[in-house]
Amino acid sequence: MMSSEFDIELPLFVEAVFRKYHYDFREYAPASLKRRLRTALPRFACASLSQLQHRLLYEPNLFNQLLDYLTVQMSEMFRDPEYFRALRTHVVPVLRTYPSLKIWVAGCSTGEEVYSLAILLREEGLLKRTLIYGTDINPHALRKAEAGVYDIDRIALFSQNFQRSGAHASLSSYYTAAYGNAVFDASLKKHMVFSDHSLATDSVFAEMQFVSCRNVLIYFNRTLQDRAVGLFRDALCLRGFLGIGAKESLRFSTHYDAFETIDAENRVYRKIATP
Amino acid sequence: MNRFSAQLSRIDAIVIGASAGGVEALSRILPEIPATLAAAILIVVHVPRERPSLLSGIFRAKCRMRVEEAIDKAQIMPGHIYFAPPDYHLLVDAGPQVALSVDELIQYSRPSIDVLFESAADIYGNRLLGVLLTGGNEDGAAGMAYIAACGGATIVQEPSEAIAATMPAAALKALTPTHVLRLDDIRDLLVSLAAKTAS
Repeated sequence: MMSSEFDIELPLFVEAVFRKYHYDFREYAPASLKRRLRTALPRFACASLSQLQHRLLYEPNLFNQLLDYLTVQMSEMFRDPEYFRALRTHVVPVLRTYPSLKIWVAGCSTGEEVYSLAILLREEGLLKRTLIYGTDINPHALRKAEAGVYDIDRIALFSQNFQRSGAHASLSSYYTAAYGNAVFDASLKKHMVFSDHSLATDSVFAEMQFVSCRNVLIYFNRTLQDRAVGLFRDALCLRGFLGIGAKESLRFSTHYDAFETIDAENRVYRKIATP
Repeated sequence: MNRFSAQLSRIDAIVIGASAGGVEALSRILPEIPATLAAAILIVVHVPRERPSLLSGIFRAKCRMRVEEAIDKAQIMPGHIYFAPPDYHLLVDAGPQVALSVDELIQYSRPSIDVLFESAADIYGNRLLGVLLTGGNEDGAAGMAYIAACGGATIVQEPSEAIAATMPAAALKALTPTHVLRLDDIRDLLVSLAAKTAS
């Protein structure tokens, strides 16, 4: 289908989704959203976005399926190992100085990053005083995150990343293999809370020492990026840390001045006092 | 200039896709293009995902145009060359600005040539030129067809000259491009576009 019709339909579609289901994609970056919806159309036997909109409005069961097309990210444990190395170098020494820690993984999808951070903190002796919040808007993803069960085929990559991230032990110390899956330890899960939270519509829910939100902001337009980074700033304690994706930048954010750069290459920032 | 299609006279962006042999092919084209080119160039080259991107470093030293690795939300400027970062899809959003994604691999690739070409065609329409070079897979063929359907110009490298002919050959099955050219002619064409802008 041609771009011009799609461009008319897209804002109408996201408005309809918002009014009917209260999921707000109105400030998402259009390019990726378009691509995902174009992929979804044939799966829902629709020739146009208007048709899909009609089906969504009158067949509420469809929305849960569509949500997976719109939101689920295939993440991986210790993606960008250098990021985790940077956390060990710059962030962990400061986290040690707090008696208790709250960490927020915003847009955690199926939980890979939450488990990665839990393992890192276990190795650094900090997990016992830490609570990690993993939030996302997709309930299926959150259930998978809570289960902490990943396909064994993905473990080779996760292990390789882990070793490059400055690991002290082998990843296999943290999971049990069963029926083609790797089941991560309950002792890690005790320090995690997964919950539904939208960076587009919800507000801050606790004071954090560290917020990690990687490869989520790339799906937002600048307005929504500003809202999300504003939430991170408000959630962080003074001198708290923020980590974002390797190819994301705070440079374009209205909240740029609220942070200093700790590690430019690995996108680690720290909240500073602002007048 | 007149040996090339008149369609090429009003181009705001050039998207280039390449895989196996891509760095060598680009090395024969990009360094010759004057910084006066009034179009942006966006490039996807398939590279191993776990390696830090060396592409922008390699070409920055050789090129007269400004070479950068694409950063999410950056404004796309004429006279600049943007490389897709490894393990990210590179897309164009309204602005025009860079949009990155970590969506699933397309044709076993991230970055994917199809993803760049299709999103660029949505934004630039008939003011886009798509160039598909050497490669050992079929990424880019669908994207080239989409560029053509949106009124853009398309150039496929002559497959007999390509280090890996699969990619240009797949494109020639998917569409009839504006031109099928050898690398030296593609270089001359892009240089002539810059000369036209300067005059």
